[in-house]
Amino acid sequence: MKKFFYSFTFAFLMAILFTGVSFAQDTTPPTDDEVNAIASQLYCPVCESTPLDVCPTEACKDWREQIRVMLSEGKSEEEILKYFEAQYGARVLAEPPKKGFYWLIYLLPPAIILLGAVILLRSMKQWTTKPVAESTGTGEVGGDSSPAKDDYVARLEEELKKQK
Amino acid sequence: MFVEFGYGVLLVSFLVAIYSIFAAIYGATNKSASMVESARRAMLLTFPLLSLSAAALVYLLVNNHFEVSFVYEVTSRSMPTYLKVTAWWGGQAGSLLFWSWLLSAFASAVTIRKWDRDIEFLPWVIVICSTTLVFFVGMVAFYENPFTRFWLVGGNVEPHLFAPLNATLFTADDGNGLNPLLRHPGMVIHPPMLYLGFVSYVIPYAFAMAALITGRTDDRWIRLTRRWSLWAWLFLSFGLVLGGRWAYDVLGWGGYWGWDPVEIAAFMPWLTGTAFLHSVMIQEKRGLLKHWNMILVILTYALVIFGTFLTRSGVLSSVHAFANSPIGPLFMGFVSISLIVSIALVIWRWPDLRGETEMKSMLSREALFLLNNLLFMSVLVVCFWGVIFPLISELFTGQKVTVGPPFYERATAPLFAALMFLMGVAPLSAWGHSTLQTLGRSMWKSAVAAVVVTGILFVTYTKNIIALVGFFLIALVIFVTLQEFWRAARARQRAQKENFLTSLSRLMGRNRRRYGGYIIHISMMLMAIGILGIELFQTSTQGSLAKDEQLNISGYTLQYKELASWDDRGEGVNYTRAVVDVYKDGEYIGELNPRIDYYFDSQQNMTIPGNRSTLNDDLYVLLVDWQPVSNAGATFKVYVNPLVNWLWIGSLAFMVGIIFAAWPDRDPAEEPARSGVARSSKQTSAAD
Repeated sequence: MKKFFYSFTFAFLMAILFTGVSFAQDTTPPTDDEVNAIASQLYCPVCESTPLDVCPTEACKDWREQIRVMLSEGKSEEEILKYFEAQYGARVLAEPPKKGFYWLIYLLPPAIILLGAVILLRSMKQWTTKPVAESTGTGEVGGDSSPAKDDYVARLEEELKKQK
Repeated sequence: MFVEFGYGVLLVSFLVAIYSIFAAIYGATNKSASMVESARRAMLLTFPLLSLSAAALVYLLVNNHFEVSFVYEVTSRSMPTYLKVTAWWGGQAGSLLFWSWLLSAFASAVTIRKWDRDIEFLPWVIVICSTTLVFFVGMVAFYENPFTRFWLVGGNVEPHLFAPLNATLFTADDGNGLNPLLRHPGMVIHPPMLYLGFVSYVIPYAFAMAALITGRTDDRWIRLTRRWSLWAWLFLSFGLVLGGRWAYDVLGWGGYWGWDPVEIAAFMPWLTGTAFLHSVMIQEKRGLLKHWNMILVILTYALVIFGTFLTRSGVLSSVHAFANSPIGPLFMGFVSISLIVSIALVIWRWPDLRGETEMKSMLSREALFLLNNLLFMSVLVVCFWGVIFPLISELFTGQKVTVGPPFYERATAPLFAALMFLMGVAPLSAWGHSTLQTLGRSMWKSAVAAVVVTGILFVTYTKNIIALVGFFLIALVIFVTLQEFWRAARARQRAQKENFLTSLSRLMGRNRRRYGGYIIHISMMLMAIGILGIELFQTSTQGSLAKDEQLNISGYTLQYKELASWDDRGEGVNYTRAVVDVYKDGEYIGELNPRIDYYFDSQQNMTIPGNRSTLNDDLYVLLVDWQPVSNAGATFKVYVNPLVNWLWIGSLAFMVGIIFAAWPDRDPAEEPARSGVARSSKQTSAAD
């Protein structure tokens, strides 16, 4: 924890040191909303699963300041995200970058779902094409001529007929 | 004294539970009724024993026994008594004891029932419940012990259960205090609800295993546990909703769900549980899918254990945390062994579990239910993979990654949309057989109405295509479901010559599960309105305001008036509270008071939003920062969350629906519809 904190502070101070010149340029300072728009896409390594724009810790405050400084230097959103990724690793991004090993996270679920769908479809086909003679026919509760009819209503009407 | 007593009875209950396992197995295999009875009594004995142990822990918590490390970690002198009691489940060790206590209560409740012709299940239900209990009690007794005390050993303070050589007891002046986030009323009841849900699912699982072992693989086990699985689902759902509301109220990020691994851990058993609720109906009505129901209940059990482990321990945060914690490998071992054994049992009984009928049509209700199951499983796959991927990545590449909301949202949104569509179609399909024609005939009116609603929304509210698709599906489901109520009640009204409301209420009373289910469907759609609103239309802005300065967002104007900061020594909290005037379209509509509470004991901040909630939108204001001396004033973060109130309204309706469906009446599994109808017609004639 502490180590992270110090490295953030250090990075922040360095950022201020090296950007002194651009501060002098007379541009409108970036608004909080501009900073948050980028911060919301970042996660600091300490505060698990809390995006940077809403994280209340000091470390995250410093990161937000760093984004502000980089914005006032005229850096683009993409450059800033790239910088944080290069500095602290892929984990600062909201999801893994689409490259190499990380493709697994994007490709595996659809593959499994597709497999599940194929298995389901095949077994359903198998069930439906079985000869009807084999059927023991236990299930059919309603037995009504209109299949979409509520089986409870059907049963109820049947009961009522018997009552009369 | 209380420490030794609490730990002592804990150990005794551990031994008693072990005894009940062996006695039950012996009794079942040697057909010895007296041994089974002995096992049953042992099982029953664990409940009073664990209650005593828990009472000892609560006594220590309430009476500031800070020599006990668990008490030191989760309470402090300034906490009110009710919070000291609930601190019981505020930490890992206590919550595992809480889990065990609940399980022994439920297992006792289930073994007390009259068994009659189901007596052959009894020993195996005991075996499964006791094995689970032994695991959890063992975990509490030997790894996560809430009765560990601090000892002064050669100048160092060390936690030990019993006094080491030449040690004196060390008592801290005051405790750490419960994490302030956990002091919210929502958080006081959220974990017990979740745990009630988790633990209730052990019972259907125990019956399923008993059915496999004894070979009575008909749907008896499902009928016996139907109410258990409904109540389990109720508690789990309630727990999830409370968790969402709590996040919205105290976490201070303007949302209710962040796809955090801990949240997903509770969501996963809910997914399999929901799939199970639907697919058991296929087995009951059509005698199909016996294998699949077994697999679902096994998965739910495994995910419950996995979830318990994930929510409290935090050991899945990294490979190192996992490897270094003693309970990580144990939990994983237990989950794996129970999975392997259960699946082996299913394979062993595979031929007996073959379906009694065939699927006749791809559009029949059973086929659509299967599709529903596929979709729930798909959401599960996404969630599970997302939760464990950071670990896998760390293991193989050495790099940790974050899997955040964008991943889950993109992956699950189409799946949820498909589920909604099914919700609109499936109630209209018939068991056994449906065709596109029959479906179309019963659906077209609702579909047209939904198109009209979507058209109106297109003109008046939004041009966002995703939102419009969402609203169309919501409208479709609501219309179809209402039409179902209408159609059935009208049919009954005609037949019975009652007035419409009487027909409707009697109809619903006679078929609680179905109509409770429909209420749940409609509630889900109300919730979906809220979710669409906040996900697609949320706006936010942040700004530092000097006194009387203004900030504009989506038609609202906020004016910063003043800020006060004061200590409440009694409660141990420093409050900083801002006063913000709110105007809508230039008109004054009230003031909001966003706050920051600082807790001295745990040295933590809590950001409490000022929230103005209407059916149309929520104005949610957070105090982010303030400068007491300079005239820069204070920084606010403001969210406008459209429609989010529908999420909470839907949640309440949802609870009503489940309670309606699960409310106990005379053993409905045994009661044929016949007697119900006969009785009601008698009542009608009496009323006439």
